[in-house]
Amino acid sequence: MSEKTVSLFIQCLVDTMFPETGEAMITVFDRLGVAYDYPPGQTCCGQPAFNSGYSRDAAAAAKHFIDIFEDTEIIVCPSGSCVRMVRHHYPELFADDQAMHSRALAIGAKTFEFTQYLVDELGINDVGAHFPDTVTYHDSCHLSRSLGIADQPRTLLNNVRGLELIEMRDSDTCCGFGGTFSVNYPEISVAMVDEKIDNILATKASTVTGCDISCLMNILGRIKRRGEDVQVLHIAQILAADKGEKR
Amino acid sequence: MSAKPQSQYCRDAQKGMGSPRLQASLHSLQNRFGKGAMTLWAEMDDQDMRRRVKQSRMKNLDHLDILLAELAKKVRARGGHVHFAENAQDAIDYTLEVARKNEVKRVVKGKSMLSMEIAIDSALQEAGMEVVETDLGEYIIQLADDKPSHIIAPCIHMDRSRIGELFTEKLGINYTDDPPSLTAAARKALREKLLSADMGLTGCNLACAATGHISLVSNEGNIRMATTMPPVHVALMGMERIVATLDEHRETVQLLTRGAALQKLSTYVSFVGGPSTSDDPDGPKEFHLVIIDNGRSKILADPEFREVLACIRCGACLNICPVYGRIGGHAYNSPYCGPIGAVITPLLDGINKHADLCKGETLCGACKDICPVQIDLPRMLAGLRQKLAYGSDRWNTKQHNPLEAYAFTLWRQVVSWSPLYRTGLKIARLCQRPFVGKNSMIKRMAGLASGWTDGRDLPPIAKKTFTEIWQKKHATAEVKLPMATKEDNNA
Repeated sequence: MSEKTVSLFIQCLVDTMFPETGEAMITVFDRLGVAYDYPPGQTCCGQPAFNSGYSRDAAAAAKHFIDIFEDTEIIVCPSGSCVRMVRHHYPELFADDQAMHSRALAIGAKTFEFTQYLVDELGINDVGAHFPDTVTYHDSCHLSRSLGIADQPRTLLNNVRGLELIEMRDSDTCCGFGGTFSVNYPEISVAMVDEKIDNILATKASTVTGCDISCLMNILGRIKRRGEDVQVLHIAQILAADKGEKR
Repeated sequence: MSAKPQSQYCRDAQKGMGSPRLQASLHSLQNRFGKGAMTLWAEMDDQDMRRRVKQSRMKNLDHLDILLAELAKKVRARGGHVHFAENAQDAIDYTLEVARKNEVKRVVKGKSMLSMEIAIDSALQEAGMEVVETDLGEYIIQLADDKPSHIIAPCIHMDRSRIGELFTEKLGINYTDDPPSLTAAARKALREKLLSADMGLTGCNLACAATGHISLVSNEGNIRMATTMPPVHVALMGMERIVATLDEHRETVQLLTRGAALQKLSTYVSFVGGPSTSDDPDGPKEFHLVIIDNGRSKILADPEFREVLACIRCGACLNICPVYGRIGGHAYNSPYCGPIGAVITPLLDGINKHADLCKGETLCGACKDICPVQIDLPRMLAGLRQKLAYGSDRWNTKQHNPLEAYAFTLWRQVVSWSPLYRTGLKIARLCQRPFVGKNSMIKRMAGLASGWTDGRDLPPIAKKTFTEIWQKKHATAEVKLPMATKEDNNA
């Protein structure tokens, strides 16, 4: 096992609306004997501003993040799009500031998405979870297309005792969230998530999971409004389950 | 849904989403061509080809002036005419002059997006000429007095029964929705036009500087006829559409036809090098190549957006984009729709004017993955949004939404200082109480946030945030945490 202490980078949506996802991550680390800490003062990585074009404002958030996480060994986050923001876009934001650019690159190099860290860095394929349920997996865009993380979560899920993974059609098609896109163009966004939900329902799986809470929030919000009977869980919650309990 | 005032983009998007005919067509289009292209790229033997062609496209943009001069020299040496048009009007004026000199009455067209960009058809018609599209899809669009909704498949929004009705009305045939019969009817009508046309007007898929020829791909043979039968051929070429050598040409065409229609090569690739001569009697008496800038120099000069000029207009990005796949092409209100349209249209025609195109995508990245030349359209969409966010003198762009800009200025203060952020969360948690419904979700919010709750529930801020849970759990153990020292360092 790695000697390194993991610094938890808890995405703002996880912190404020889905704290159980963060707790589940801790449960998994505890079971695996991974040391972790939670650097205080975390807010938001800046992605909403960046994607809306407000790069200077995003840079302020990036500076705050870098200040907080600079002295850490490894940074692990339960969100692909936030990791992408740190790894790919922080250096871009400071293209004209050599010192900050170097700091951004250094931070990016040690920032990992949760399942990627487990599988690629720690070499763990089985976290000892037990979750007797049918599950389908949504590939979040930034996670799969930009970070290339698609096999890692599936490997982990396939090694969960009792879990049957049923692939949905077009699992890598966007769910329609897109940050402010979802409130600026709600009709298009809802049409997109409806197709995603139809594909989820077609699997007859009782749970849909993924590695990015923002997509899952979009899917959950529409599932609740439509009154569909499908459970939405972040992958950390499935990997944390070890007593065979259905959540 | 909400009674917010809606932009033309939103209204047209909803119209597209409300058409079962369009939805079915888009679905099968994306299923076949979008997925097909991704499979093709994955299984291609030469996995380096896309990178190589992209590199050559970018290199050629760096040396565009030299290549265009070489192309013009070669075309002129073979007796062709070359005109560099700075803008749409310039290109139209030149073409009209050619038409006048040759007493042109009927113009047959090969499919050309650029001809739509510069709106040359109406200018020719106003000058008294008949203009006939000869690509089947474009011909249908022209008969219906409609607009194309896909770069390669312009009438994707129409089904065969609608086309049957249209042909009954316009061509006087008995109603049928049998595609071969409809194609035969169009072919008969078009052949008459092609045989009697005075001028062929086409686009230009690629021009090759080393040989001084242009090439045009088609699957219907109409381009071959339109470029060789009429006595005059005018080709409209976007100035970026050039390759240096035949080797580059070969690879670029292969990617173009694969991206467009999963074809290793289109049925026809026409190489046009100039007018006919005594020892090469095929072809028109006059050949004119109109090389058009119309805003491209400005894009070329900006390193942030130069990459978009590497586009080879295959339309593959439309075949995978989940937004295009829902709303269709008309909402883009431009000859160029889909992801490529969302980037090139604002750059050519005004960023403020086309703000919805800049903002109306999820930045999912599928267009970048499918692009044969791997153009990073999401990066440039984010770049366009930056111009809208802060305004840009270079792009003559005003700040799009000062209120939103102010909100992000506030946001910046809040996320840069965590005590303020935490206090804000607590206040929001108190304020949300009356809105939390039976299923523990927020059902309705006001203002911009209603965009979310009009169609979706929203989870409320948790009773205890992760930070609060952590603080409580580790309050006593704080000294053991390495963070205690880190906090001091940061202070």
